[in-house]
Amino acid sequence: MIKMGTKVNLISGRTIVQGQNLDNKLSEAYFNEVATCELNESDMEKLGVAADGHVKVKTNYGEVVVKAKEKAGTPEGVIFIPMGPWANALVSGDTHGAGMPSFKGIDAEIEPTEEEVLQVKALMKTYME
Amino acid sequence: MAEGELLIRNGVVYDPINGVKGEKKDICIRDGKVVEEVKNPKVIDAEGRVVMPGGVDIHSHIAGAKVNAGRLFRPEDGRKGVKARTKVCRSESGYSVPNTFATGYRYARMGYTFVMEAAMPPLAARHTHEEMVDIPILDNAALPLIDNNWMTMEYVKSGDMDLLAAYIAWMMKATKGYGVKVVNPGGTEAWAWAKNCDLNDEVPYFDVTPAEIVKNLAVANEKFEMPHSIHVHGNMLGHPGNYEVTTSTYDLVKGIKPYRDRPAMHATHTQFHAYGGTRWGDFESKAGAIADYINKNEHVSIDLGSIILGDTTTMTADGPMEYSLYQITGRKWTNHDVELETGSGITPFLYSGKSPVNTIQWAIGQELALLVKDPWKLALTTDHPNAGPFIGYPIIISMLMSKRRRDESAEDMHKVIFDRAEYSSIDREYDLNEIAIITRGMAAKTLGLHEHGKGHLGVGADGDVAVYDMSPEETDAGKIQKAFLNTKYTIKGGEVVVKDGEVVATPAGKTYFVTPECDDKLTDEMLVKLKDKFEHYYSVNFNNYPVQDAYVPNPYEIKAPWRS
Amino acid sequence: MVEITDVVCSLCGCVCDDIVVEVEDNKVTKVKKGACAVGKSKLMGHGRIEEPAIRENGNLKDCSYDEAIKKAAEILAASRRPLLYGWSSTVCEADKVGVELAEEIGAVIDNTASVCHGPSVLAIQDVGLPSCTLGEVKNRADLIIYWGANPAAAHANHMKRYSYISKGYWTEEGKKNKKLVVVDVRRTPTAKMADVFLQIEQGKDYLVFSALRALLYGYDDVVPEEVGGISKKDLLETVKMMKEAKFGIIFFGMGVTHTRGRHNNIVNAIETTRAAHTHTKFSIMPMRGHYNVAGINQVCTWETGFPFAVDLSRGYAWYNPGEISATDLLIRRECDAALIIASDPGAHFPGESIRHLSKIPVIQIDPFPNPTTEFADVVIPAAISGVEAEGNVYRMDNIPIRLRKLVDTEYLADEEIMKSILEEVRAIKEKEGE
Repeated sequence: MIKMGTKVNLISGRTIVQGQNLDNKLSEAYFNEVATCELNESDMEKLGVAADGHVKVKTNYGEVVVKAKEKAGTPEGVIFIPMGPWANALVSGDTHGAGMPSFKGIDAEIEPTEEEVLQVKALMKTYME
Repeated sequence: MAEGELLIRNGVVYDPINGVKGEKKDICIRDGKVVEEVKNPKVIDAEGRVVMPGGVDIHSHIAGAKVNAGRLFRPEDGRKGVKARTKVCRSESGYSVPNTFATGYRYARMGYTFVMEAAMPPLAARHTHEEMVDIPILDNAALPLIDNNWMTMEYVKSGDMDLLAAYIAWMMKATKGYGVKVVNPGGTEAWAWAKNCDLNDEVPYFDVTPAEIVKNLAVANEKFEMPHSIHVHGNMLGHPGNYEVTTSTYDLVKGIKPYRDRPAMHATHTQFHAYGGTRWGDFESKAGAIADYINKNEHVSIDLGSIILGDTTTMTADGPMEYSLYQITGRKWTNHDVELETGSGITPFLYSGKSPVNTIQWAIGQELALLVKDPWKLALTTDHPNAGPFIGYPIIISMLMSKRRRDESAEDMHKVIFDRAEYSSIDREYDLNEIAIITRGMAAKTLGLHEHGKGHLGVGADGDVAVYDMSPEETDAGKIQKAFLNTKYTIKGGEVVVKDGEVVATPAGKTYFVTPECDDKLTDEMLVKLKDKFEHYYSVNFNNYPVQDAYVPNPYEIKAPWRS
Repeated sequence: MVEITDVVCSLCGCVCDDIVVEVEDNKVTKVKKGACAVGKSKLMGHGRIEEPAIRENGNLKDCSYDEAIKKAAEILAASRRPLLYGWSSTVCEADKVGVELAEEIGAVIDNTASVCHGPSVLAIQDVGLPSCTLGEVKNRADLIIYWGANPAAAHANHMKRYSYISKGYWTEEGKKNKKLVVVDVRRTPTAKMADVFLQIEQGKDYLVFSALRALLYGYDDVVPEEVGGISKKDLLETVKMMKEAKFGIIFFGMGVTHTRGRHNNIVNAIETTRAAHTHTKFSIMPMRGHYNVAGINQVCTWETGFPFAVDLSRGYAWYNPGEISATDLLIRRECDAALIIASDPGAHFPGESIRHLSKIPVIQIDPFPNPTTEFADVVIPAAISGVEAEGNVYRMDNIPIRLRKLVDTEYLADEEIMKSILEEVRAIKEKEGE
């Protein structure tokens, strides 16, 4: 059950279009595919966000604005952001002694927003400040 | 190969291939080869020290898919034997599964200059070659596995020996291989269904028996002037009571006429195949029975697979054997079946002198060496790393040379050694000439490498020389072991690569491979069948399968004409 | 126009080698056969890093290869704690030079396994890996399990060439006589094809493996009615399929390695495979991502003894993932310079670690611009391996295959760039009298 500010479970992973643009990450196609957040229909409704509406996702490690995308087959309470710079803005670097960051199963909060989605260059700039 | 001249003066030379048994003699080398005399050489003073040709190892797992899988899954082994890089050497790691650099340096420090990688899965041959390029100093070669291959079994079934020979020829060329390797024939294919085969069982779906595979491969192999015979790891390795399977396997090639004066079969790591008893509880040595067979027959040569006590990493294309071993120990286990060709398994193992079974295994390896009368029929190996790492060779040498050391060691072993092995009743002691035979002469001859400059110091031979820091009269086993572990000098192709036990130069080794010459028509007929296998069953395309020349930057080709 | 056959794809761990392309005017103009959508996209090409460049006052300024290589060598030679990272989307020949450079400067060398199947390596080091080549699966497997893996998106030819849809010797009817089980959090495109889809609760993989193990060993009574969102009934059905299969295989992906439990999940997956092997033939294989991530693990292992996260600052190899993996090193702000080759931590590392990486001198070697380029201080364009350069790579089942060169290029290959940097570093060290 998703409400504003309620915790969801964030996972990231590959998609076909993400893979097609693996060597083309500064492209529009990559941005359109990867700066997105997949939710199931009922979560979209509960959140009150339309397709392509923007959502802000926050974790203990960062926050990022991405486009919402309805995706059947995503369980309630789980959000999926394709692997890439936007998902990784939210990911923990703690490797639990295994060398592997936490790319999946991250406690996150989600809310609709009017804010713009940052392009990749602008997103990278935030790290250099 | 180093340019210029080198003189190794006044050493006591053991060069069994040329019948030199401990003569005070100079060795002259020019431009990497042994010559009659030199004019203005660099001089190495070997005064009173033991001098031998560079060592030749007939069977060792040093490079390729399963060796690296062994390294990868045993970081605890990698942490042993670490040594920082020097100005000359790359960093070293590992004990039973040393990294490629350590492999080259350690063999060179023992005076070895040629090592045969004993099992190359054809589909992963590129991997074997990539690693061999990264093994410094040593000349090398590899034996592709040709026995569990569907092509082989189908030709064995149809009885087309010429086509089987054509397949062997194609595979040697495609893998840049040296000779036909057999590992648990039929049993490894059966393992793809979690089954195994005894010598006369039918291989599931293929309607042939392991015995037929071995025999036919030997016949097909001798259709060419192959430098080496088929190289066989038989069925039922490691099983109590397997010695009869072993001698029955030897019997298979009786009467097959080899192309030259070598046996028709080399049976490897014989220790693992010389077991009596019916189970582990009544396990006993049958080294005597095996030695008796070898003494009475000329068609089989063997290597020892002698045990080095301690922890090691076992690895073989004999998948079902490794699974059995893992079930005994419960330790980690890796398996890798290879489509249409072979398989492999890896598991760590501890050989303990407190264990009755390990004690008998330990005894068998040495008993074989002591009971086989003619040292030209056997080579010293530990089937590295299966019975223990190759750096244990000097231990075995000291044992074979000293009855006293054997007696002392037996006292530390499980008492079963006194009643289920002949060990303590054997008085024979090896002399240095016999040691030179089992560590270089026999291997070079059996592999046919003596005709290509390996394993001896006759004029024209490679300038590969080991100078051991011991006098020929030395009887102290500890000092013998020490001398054979680190040479005073190792010379490779006329260049000093080891001095006072330290590696001082790391020239690249050569890769030896055999090109059997097969009739085009026969090859074309064979290729119809082979291409069909690629079309339907392999996961790699035919044109991407053969090892490209780029993988063998220092090639040494040996042509093997068809015997008309 | 020239047609080139037997082209080898340099995209994912499938390393398909049956691709046919057309080349015209030194450019791949058409992918005729063999490649999936993702591989095709790779072969056809994208926008490049056009010139070597060095960052000055915040902006990248074009320069010559020599200048960029010299600058890179200066950065590395001056570094006290350098990190050499990436290595998965290039050939083994380049990786070998990387290990040599790491030894030369006492660097930490790590590869992308540390953020994909690093946990699988840790698990293999714990319990081993009963596995096989992909052709074994093609010819024999009648039960295929994808767990936390979505090949329909990430390895699009995997099912067709090697597993569920492929036809082999004992599987000549293809999927007709095979069963497909998919375990995933989402109903992925792969899940939609499954005979049995087990929709697992996120993060519950360890529990479900444990339940399957218990059932495979016959301890039905200890398994509760529901485990990780999957009913006992479904678990029992899955176990029945596993026992009755003639040849089963589990392919697992980052759904298992990235999630809570990490390597413990994989240990349990391998133990489950062993349990199944007491009934029938069963194997397991990680779905390796990049086309040569398996290869850098191989090279690093035979050269140093260890597959990833290797610290050579002591002169010998020190291996301790979790301490000296790239992410850990960056989070601790320990490294003071980095060489990034054939990978993109800017896109694929956690923000927390990018924060440090973006502030230290970074050398990037890559054919393509990407988020890492945004903060790289020296950018060196490379030839595209598998299109413009040849070399050896290892497929996900560790089968070595040689990439082909399809067209000519003026860009240097990774191996040449690495060799030049190594030479330059040695020259600097020699000058400084080491």
